[in-house]
Amino acid sequence: MQASLLLTFFALTLFSCKPKGTQSAVSGDAATKVYVAPGKYDEFYNFVSGGFSGQMSVYGLPSGRLFRVIPVFSVDPEKGYGYSEESKPMLNTSHGFVPWDDLHHIALSVTKSEHDGRWAFGNANNTPRIARIDLKTFRTAEIIEIPNSAGNHSSPFITQNSEYVVAGTRFSVPIGDNQDVPINTYKDNFKGTVSFIGVDPKEGTMNVAFQILTPGINFDLARAGKGKSGDWFFFSCYNSEKANTLLEVNASQKDKDFIMAVNWKKAEEYAKAGKGQKKPVRYAHNVYDEKTHSAKSTIMNEVLVLDPKDCPDMVYFMPCPKSPHGCDTDPSGEYIVGSGKLAAVIPVFSFTKIQAAIAAKNYDGDFDGIPVLKYEAVLHGEVQKPGLGPLHTEFDANGYAYTSFFVSSEIVKWRVSDLQVVDRVPTYYSIGHLSVPGGPTAKPHGKYVIAYNKITKDRYLPTGPELAQSAQLYDISGEKMKLILDFPTIGEPHYAEAIPSSLIMNNSKKIYAIEENGHPYAAKGEGQAKVERKGNEIHVYMSSIRSHFTPDNIEGVKLGDIVFFHVTNLEQDWDVPHGFAVKGASNAELLIMPGETQTLVWKPEKVGVYPMYCTDFCSALHQEMQGYIRVSPAGSNVPLTFSTGTNLPTEPGK
Amino acid sequence: MKLEKTWILALLTGSVIWFISCGEQGVKESDPPVDIEKVAEKQPEVHGSEIKAGDIKFENPLNAEWVLSGKGIYELKCQACHKLTTDKLVGPGWKDVTKKREPVWIMNMITNVDMMLEKDPEAQKLLEQCLVRMPNQNITTDEARQVIEFMRQNDGEK
Repeated sequence: MQASLLLTFFALTLFSCKPKGTQSAVSGDAATKVYVAPGKYDEFYNFVSGGFSGQMSVYGLPSGRLFRVIPVFSVDPEKGYGYSEESKPMLNTSHGFVPWDDLHHIALSVTKSEHDGRWAFGNANNTPRIARIDLKTFRTAEIIEIPNSAGNHSSPFITQNSEYVVAGTRFSVPIGDNQDVPINTYKDNFKGTVSFIGVDPKEGTMNVAFQILTPGINFDLARAGKGKSGDWFFFSCYNSEKANTLLEVNASQKDKDFIMAVNWKKAEEYAKAGKGQKKPVRYAHNVYDEKTHSAKSTIMNEVLVLDPKDCPDMVYFMPCPKSPHGCDTDPSGEYIVGSGKLAAVIPVFSFTKIQAAIAAKNYDGDFDGIPVLKYEAVLHGEVQKPGLGPLHTEFDANGYAYTSFFVSSEIVKWRVSDLQVVDRVPTYYSIGHLSVPGGPTAKPHGKYVIAYNKITKDRYLPTGPELAQSAQLYDISGEKMKLILDFPTIGEPHYAEAIPSSLIMNNSKKIYAIEENGHPYAAKGEGQAKVERKGNEIHVYMSSIRSHFTPDNIEGVKLGDIVFFHVTNLEQDWDVPHGFAVKGASNAELLIMPGETQTLVWKPEKVGVYPMYCTDFCSALHQEMQGYIRVSPAGSNVPLTFSTGTNLPTEPGK
Repeated sequence: MKLEKTWILALLTGSVIWFISCGEQGVKESDPPVDIEKVAEKQPEVHGSEIKAGDIKFENPLNAEWVLSGKGIYELKCQACHKLTTDKLVGPGWKDVTKKREPVWIMNMITNVDMMLEKDPEAQKLLEQCLVRMPNQNITTDEARQVIEFMRQNDGEK
């Protein structure tokens, strides 16, 4: 009875744009499957891109509870990110300080194509950047800007031992000295690039190792090969028409666009053999140092560019219907699944056949001098009538693939071996990416598929014209997928990865050892707290501990002075950050972790006495954790003094 | 509509039964829950194990090296809350603390504060007076011993 009702419901909703009675898709035992009892932990961390919020969020699965928002490409006053002097350099670029970006995709570091729990990478689409998040601290450790790129969408995808993170340009643009060209000379003057960013195997530090110059097309997504295809990288691309206006029509002309296959090992060899050209560019490389609790931004001046015409056998195109988005390799590395947004089939390519076609030079002409492999020669097969608007595919451990369908709002499960559709479930609504825990790796953990939805009409209490974006959790442990939970997300989630909690939680950082604090303005112990004047700069070396600041009375600041509050949190206890705020400060607060030093700059504009206080509840006497700063007129002779506990009240009238 | 109500009822009944009868089982079914206690054991944060009388030796003259390193730890991690006089700041002043308390008691207060506040009536009395829990400052047993040596010197021992 229930099954027939569900079937009818699916049939009805498959092609309607507004599913009714979505609650009936949830079966009676859904709550037990997502309930994580008090005192128990979730099984997976889910790292979710924050879309236009520019942040990365961390949820637990299967509960769907939000644990953390990690600021990456957008300033975050809650944590002082982008406001404290130490974190400002993280958002420096060749365009100066860029306080926002849209974070589209997540890639978790891998060893032998399996999650290793060390780092998460995220991409900035707007001002092309790649960030590395340290999964010990859940903080952004590094941001590197991508030169010769415009709209960094096709990233950050990662090779099987995290050797490289790639960044393919979304927009092709004029590259080189003369960029002041008419837009309609696109076909002559616009070029694309894909960048290979090397990752230091121990520290994770990134560097732009080399770029490959490509025809003027738009790169969408990518995936590295694994196992037998581990030396290769695959990029989906659209606008092979090379249109420069009204792309919704003009970039949908051809029946097939391309997946670009790159032999990155070969590219690496060419780079080492000096086949590339060093081109002058400017891009920022920002690194956060955990010893000094400070970021440093360095402007780089050069990048190595490989031109496929100088580097034979490095780049090939494979025809792929039509405006391909997803480009996903299965756990074995044999199959590459293309997903044409406007295509009626899902083409699945075979790595073995690709190699054979290359060996036999089985070409269908070339595209700007790059060989195009024959579609039929490289095709494993097509999934017929899968749904409308296939976007992205992930895999489980049992030989099944799960593809999201934006237009028909559903997830379709199909068998990789014979390309047969075996199950489908509706999503509410307009799913973009989906995620299976471990789904992009060689060892999927399976168990769940999570849909990340673009539009969520009717799903939650209305909140004005804009509604919460949503993720939906489906149990895939049985033959049929079952919806068991949905939960709201921040921004518009693009992509996410889920990783077993055991790979991360035991390494989570609890404190910064105060003995190792190398910040130049740290007060390592209350005895080092002091206030110094250097010209018109006042440097306050301030310490905080439950439940007071030292010093908490400061006088002698004058108008025209710039006050640097360098606050050191002396606590050495997990989960006891202190906050710091001053009345009228025009940037933000600080949130200082145990053992850390952070700096807030304050330029007082008026004479008076200003309160300062701790913003993060810390003890029964948190409310008492406060102090005063007196600001006198410019030229006043109030001496610079500071104290805690000694500036005792005078008798009234004296 | 009727159908829908029946479903909701079934769901509610189902979850009530589940809550009462087989909560643990239900959880096991959905995910292998992580044992918090076990995870806490793996965490690198330093909580000393309980120190018992007889575990530690005291000798005179004082160990000058320990006095010095104890002083360093005091200045880095203790001074913000404890004066070297009898005056209370956030916590009690340290003057004569080694005469009032067993050194083992002090060391446990430094390294095992959770245990002390749970079990020890004297520690509980102090919390009532100060209203701020003695924070865990990530001090090892050896370091705590050095702090005691500094306290002994502060109390006039030679």
